[in-house]
Amino acid sequence: MRELTGAIQETAERLLRDKEVELVVGFAAGSLPLRNTPCFIRRPHEAQNLVWGYGCENNLAVFLRRRPEKLAVVAKGCDSRSIVELIKENQINREKLVIIGVPCRGMIDRRKVNRLLAGKELLEAEVNDGQVRLKGRDFQETVLLEQLLHDSCLTCPHPNPVLYDILLGEPVPAKGADSRSKAGEVDWEAKAPAEKRAYLFAELSRCIRCYACRQACPMCFCEECFADCSVPEWLSRSSLNVQDNVFFQAVRVIHLAGRCVDCGACDRACPMGINLHVLTSKMTKDVQEVFGYTAGVSLEEKPPLAAPISLT
Amino acid sequence: MLLLNKDQITSWLNKLIPAYQVFAPVKEGDYFCFQQIRSGEQAVLNYTNSRIPPKEILFPRSEKLFCYRCETGGVQLTEQVDESKKVVVGVRPCDAKSFLLLDKVFNGDQYVDPYYLTRRNNTVLVGLGCNQPAATCFCTSLSGGPFSAEGLDLLFVDIGDQYLVEVVTERGKELLSGMELPVAGQEAQEAARAVKESAVCSTLVDLGGLKYRLDVNFDDPIWALLAEKCLGCAACTYTCPTCHCFDIVDEAAGKEGCRIRNWDACMFPLFTLHGSGHNPRPTGKERFRQRIMHKFKYFVDNYGTIACVGCGRCILSCPVNLDIRQVIEQISQAGGDQQ
Repeated sequence: MRELTGAIQETAERLLRDKEVELVVGFAAGSLPLRNTPCFIRRPHEAQNLVWGYGCENNLAVFLRRRPEKLAVVAKGCDSRSIVELIKENQINREKLVIIGVPCRGMIDRRKVNRLLAGKELLEAEVNDGQVRLKGRDFQETVLLEQLLHDSCLTCPHPNPVLYDILLGEPVPAKGADSRSKAGEVDWEAKAPAEKRAYLFAELSRCIRCYACRQACPMCFCEECFADCSVPEWLSRSSLNVQDNVFFQAVRVIHLAGRCVDCGACDRACPMGINLHVLTSKMTKDVQEVFGYTAGVSLEEKPPLAAPISLT
Repeated sequence: MLLLNKDQITSWLNKLIPAYQVFAPVKEGDYFCFQQIRSGEQAVLNYTNSRIPPKEILFPRSEKLFCYRCETGGVQLTEQVDESKKVVVGVRPCDAKSFLLLDKVFNGDQYVDPYYLTRRNNTVLVGLGCNQPAATCFCTSLSGGPFSAEGLDLLFVDIGDQYLVEVVTERGKELLSGMELPVAGQEAQEAARAVKESAVCSTLVDLGGLKYRLDVNFDDPIWALLAEKCLGCAACTYTCPTCHCFDIVDEAAGKEGCRIRNWDACMFPLFTLHGSGHNPRPTGKERFRQRIMHKFKYFVDNYGTIACVGCGRCILSCPVNLDIRQVIEQISQAGGDQQ
């Protein structure tokens, strides 16, 4: 991680100094343990604020749409795949974007950390050799990194950037098909329809309609979201209407079919800890099975809904 | 000051439940929230704080103001003012203070909101002091404190197996009637003092120069930089105990419907979108500036106090770790050489 941080800083500094780009979007140190925060660097000497860590959980592609300036972005596997889809949807001008690819070992799920600590407050954390040392007021625990990674990272088939101009660090091995069982995910397929409904209603009863999921998603960029539309009003504005919370999320996820790279950004953004990954992973799996399409892996392949339908 | 054994809490709450709607912290998913409880056992008082503040009990996320029905003779209206008596147990001092701030808005010189006010007048607040403020707490920077009784009717101080109960108001005292609680002796008072002394808010936020800056920095380029990573969601405002903006809509079908008030957030473009299509706050910069200005300048101009209680919820729930403490610091520092 330290080497990657150094390499990112050096690359960003050079790109800015040589005036190849006006802006570098990356991550800086966050204000909470195990947290990094998106940052925007415009001056060469500020490049030293850039870092790489296990808290670079946001998908930075969300900041890249329709930018006027020439810019660079630090992109892990999922960010790069969203960038590919955004290029295909004419939201990013490839000519004006320098992609600094960074192979990703997964990001830490702070909700898993909190569950593990059961109410104790995390004040400090350090990741070393696949182990995470967690420290608080009266405790210190060491946990395997694997246990704390996001489910979406544990099953990530594309940890390495698929599209880049500069690649920093060594590629990491992709997760195999058996990784899904390790993730401890909700076994969606095994549920009966009534159980699926009950699960979604229970999860989305906590929804407060803050739309953090939508805002964190690089692919949610409709000029007017159907949830905001008032003529006609497709759904109730009230978050106490759980059925409409489910309706909102279902339409949002279906709208992302063939575009969603299952990065987990929506799931991570949710302040209420609603399991949105269960929906996005099911949807991406279905798109793969039905259309044979994996979002974000190729600039050439047409998105399933734009490709001619074969009736054979 | 009285003493209440922790094992008496359940029976005490069970006694209150027939007479009041009782709200208490309950675990929901990974977080705590205030919910109406049916049995005293549901309340969990060894919690840090709720993800959604208890403001939603008095100012719900969504509430019916009135319902209507068109009939041949005219329109039939039904008012929906909630007059039920409520008790909220386990309120943290920061959240208690937020009710005093909300009072200024909903029970001001110009406007009185019957929906909020009726609930407010019928609600008794039982506070729980914070033995161990979180690293994101900064109530002491906003003239609050982990054991401040301001705005509460009762304040519980956790001294181990017992709560030392500070009776703040007559309403609070009434809640304990029939409990025959013993008066706290020297030892218990000593224990409470020790607990209070060891409860330190490690985070201090310097608000000294902030208002001065906000009075003059409306057009400062710093706003564009501060807002740059903001995604424009409402995680901060909806988890904020003092944010109080709302939108009113009609939900109708056929000849009947209801007028409904929902929480709204200044971070949404729709918040200020005019019917003409013009939007006076067209980008994230203006919207982010509004949030900060409203809390730290406009509210001060209007009511003489800051609309932040230092609960730290926005810090914990922001999806991009846009930290209000750093925002305050950056704004204040940007004006350092001009003061």
